[in-house]
Amino acid sequence: MNNVRTQLQQRVKTAIAEKTPLRICAGNSKECYGNKIKTNHDIDIKPYSGIIHYEPTELCITVRAGTRLAELEAELSKHQQILPFEPPSFTQNATIGGTVATGLSGPRRPYSGAVRDAILGVTIIDGQGEIVRFGGQVMKNVAGYDVSRLMTGAQGTLGILLDISLRLIPKPEHNITYQLPHSQQEALEYFTNTRHSNLPITASCHHKLQTYIRLSGSEKQLDELVKTYDIQTMEDGDDFWRDIRDQQHDFFQRNDKPLWRISCAPAAPLTQQVDIRTLLEWNGAIRWITSNMPANIIQNIAQKANGEAILFRGHVAGINTFKKPEPTLFRLHQRLKRQLDPKGIFNPNRLYEGL
Amino acid sequence: MHISPETRTSLLFQLSEILQPEQLLSNKEELRPYECDGLSAYKTLPIAVALPDTIQQIQQIMEICCRNNTPVVARGAGTGLSGGAQPHEGGIILGLARFNKILAIDPDNLTARVQPGVRNLAITEAVRQHKLYYAPDPSSQIACSIGGNVAENSGGVHCLKYGLTVHNILALKIVTVEGDLLTIGSNALDNTGYDLLGLFTGSEGMLGIIVEVVVKLTPDAEDTHLLMAAFNDIEQAGNAVASIIANGIIPAGLEMMDKLAISAAEDFAHAGYPRDAEAILLCELDGSTIDVSEQTQKTKKILTEQGASFIKEAPDKTQQAKLWAGRKAAFPAVGRISPDYYCMDGTIPRKHIAKVLKHITKLSTEFDLRVANVFHAGDGNLHPLILYDANKEGELEKAEQFGAEILRLCVKLGGSITGEHGVGNEKIELMCEQFNTEELTIFHAIKAAFDPNGILNPGKAVPSLHRCAELGHMHVHNGELPHPDIPRF
Repeated sequence: MNNVRTQLQQRVKTAIAEKTPLRICAGNSKECYGNKIKTNHDIDIKPYSGIIHYEPTELCITVRAGTRLAELEAELSKHQQILPFEPPSFTQNATIGGTVATGLSGPRRPYSGAVRDAILGVTIIDGQGEIVRFGGQVMKNVAGYDVSRLMTGAQGTLGILLDISLRLIPKPEHNITYQLPHSQQEALEYFTNTRHSNLPITASCHHKLQTYIRLSGSEKQLDELVKTYDIQTMEDGDDFWRDIRDQQHDFFQRNDKPLWRISCAPAAPLTQQVDIRTLLEWNGAIRWITSNMPANIIQNIAQKANGEAILFRGHVAGINTFKKPEPTLFRLHQRLKRQLDPKGIFNPNRLYEGL
Repeated sequence: MHISPETRTSLLFQLSEILQPEQLLSNKEELRPYECDGLSAYKTLPIAVALPDTIQQIQQIMEICCRNNTPVVARGAGTGLSGGAQPHEGGIILGLARFNKILAIDPDNLTARVQPGVRNLAITEAVRQHKLYYAPDPSSQIACSIGGNVAENSGGVHCLKYGLTVHNILALKIVTVEGDLLTIGSNALDNTGYDLLGLFTGSEGMLGIIVEVVVKLTPDAEDTHLLMAAFNDIEQAGNAVASIIANGIIPAGLEMMDKLAISAAEDFAHAGYPRDAEAILLCELDGSTIDVSEQTQKTKKILTEQGASFIKEAPDKTQQAKLWAGRKAAFPAVGRISPDYYCMDGTIPRKHIAKVLKHITKLSTEFDLRVANVFHAGDGNLHPLILYDANKEGELEKAEQFGAEILRLCVKLGGSITGEHGVGNEKIELMCEQFNTEELTIFHAIKAAFDPNGILNPGKAVPSLHRCAELGHMHVHNGELPHPDIPRF
């Protein structure tokens, strides 16, 4: 693997010398998430894969960025552990590097944290072509700036991820899922009430007048809850959450309208628009919408809920995946980019135009 | 850094134009209380202390200091242990103590919007009526401010399950070095763009001024249980920690103390610890009632299997408070058995606990200095207290060398020189051990993006490349901490 690593570093050094932008890729499962990168030079991280270090008692794993999520999860499963953020695999080729670079978390996110919460350390190739390491394998580490989190969700615009250390959690012994007939409003109220409870909820969703809740814990604990609350469990609960996570659920299958993702405060009031199809996740903190409504209306809905709208899939003329932040904040992004990638070679424009 | 009298007068004049007289301190007597933070070995007097009470005033102060190239050191409650808020002799202290209001509580979204000078514990007190609390609990929580917590990414005893400050805040309002006000993060669960919230957390006042914080609140656990286990062998105690985690249990707190610490704490707090034990573990379990009862059974079984000689249970609040009292009094207790002690804050992967403790014992013999070990075992955060006497010639230097040796070992084993106290002034030279030139270059690049002229807290947190100046450590003389009333653990 040192060979692959050296080759990748050499590619970056050449790109810096020649000022040729690179498009960083691996499994290509999230290729559409972000703006098109105008370059013919791909740098493929896929060959840089495999688990470097895994000791279950440390609740920590260090993996190479090109490792497929499926492979990583299979290994963790052997030791009864999971990634706390339950990342989506839009295809079988999704990698951990892509997951960290895009910062995408799945159904568990409100209950056990996001990708950025689980990140412990990274090794990257920086904008000078150097291989540098930040953070480590320990949870408590306050020496220096938190470069590991800065890399998470940066869409590869600040460096190339090589090795990634992540915090793990024990895999629950059992999961059960139940449904409740709710309007969207009732679902939001239910989510708010359960947020204050000690129920072991690990996933929540609302779609087509049904609320779906997943509980995780020991068999005894779940049996007791089933009895106490007279819960009717869903038979194919695990499949349901996998489909939601990987966007295989019917809701995500229609491609005739753009798919928007609104991220907002979980209890933010609902919009009264009726001509949109929606699916709520994360206790209401994610609201998926498929609609032909003009982008500014969707963005207004998000803004009113103190959140933001991402054009997750589909094409809307003149609209990018991510809305540019306000000028002062954008200027800070540009200054960071210029400092860490002075030659502008890492995924230019993928996150925002001009970055 | 020499400041000409003209520069000083001019700066004071500009500041006096935007601040009321009582908001601007500049004579020596008034400045004295601000000469150091919790690391009292290092004292400097600033030119002035500014105590604004509006965000607009902070923006104006930053504009003035930016224009004059004047160093600015932000200060919350001044309880930090690494000299992060030590003044710069050529600059001002920007005191945020007047920003002490809780602006909004949103129980539906489990958030509170607070000003930076609000005390950590005051947040929990304010939201208790909603059966909520703010999870990170640094030992100084009755006094330390939330702004300082964000700047240091503070921890506490419950990090293993509930995370550090970085996991428990959602948004910040900051004033940039140029005086611009901006919001980073939001009340949503994720945001696009660079994770500036993460970058700001733990940045030790080097990137901007925090003027507002949105914190995440946690619902009270239905039930809490505390176990104390005694071991005749320190290695067994270390293995028990790893075994608890390996069995899928995440305790709310998992603390460890060695024989010297047990005995000092017992003399001081009479918590009921077994004096003959080589080590004790305190294991707090919380959650729903069914969950806690199941975890307790499992944990007891593990502790017994790992060789615990004695297990004591504290199911109710009073008994728990008594057992915790010894642990929480460990620092002042050790202060009573030695004229001085020097507190370290390294972290290591859990599996190395026994190895590191053995090595510390070996070093203790070599340096001929006693060590009391108190630490957050669950997350591998050590607080060895090296006992010495500053009145004995050379002993202080010996203690420093001993401490540095421990931290070098932490780095070697994949850990860090600081888990929760920050680098500040104290550990700046050891940063060179943890990071190489290329890595430090990245830190300087980040700093330059926010603060191109380097006026925010100069000389702290990240050493300059050409020299890692030799600086000091946390020294406690005759058990006198700068804030003796605040518990330290």
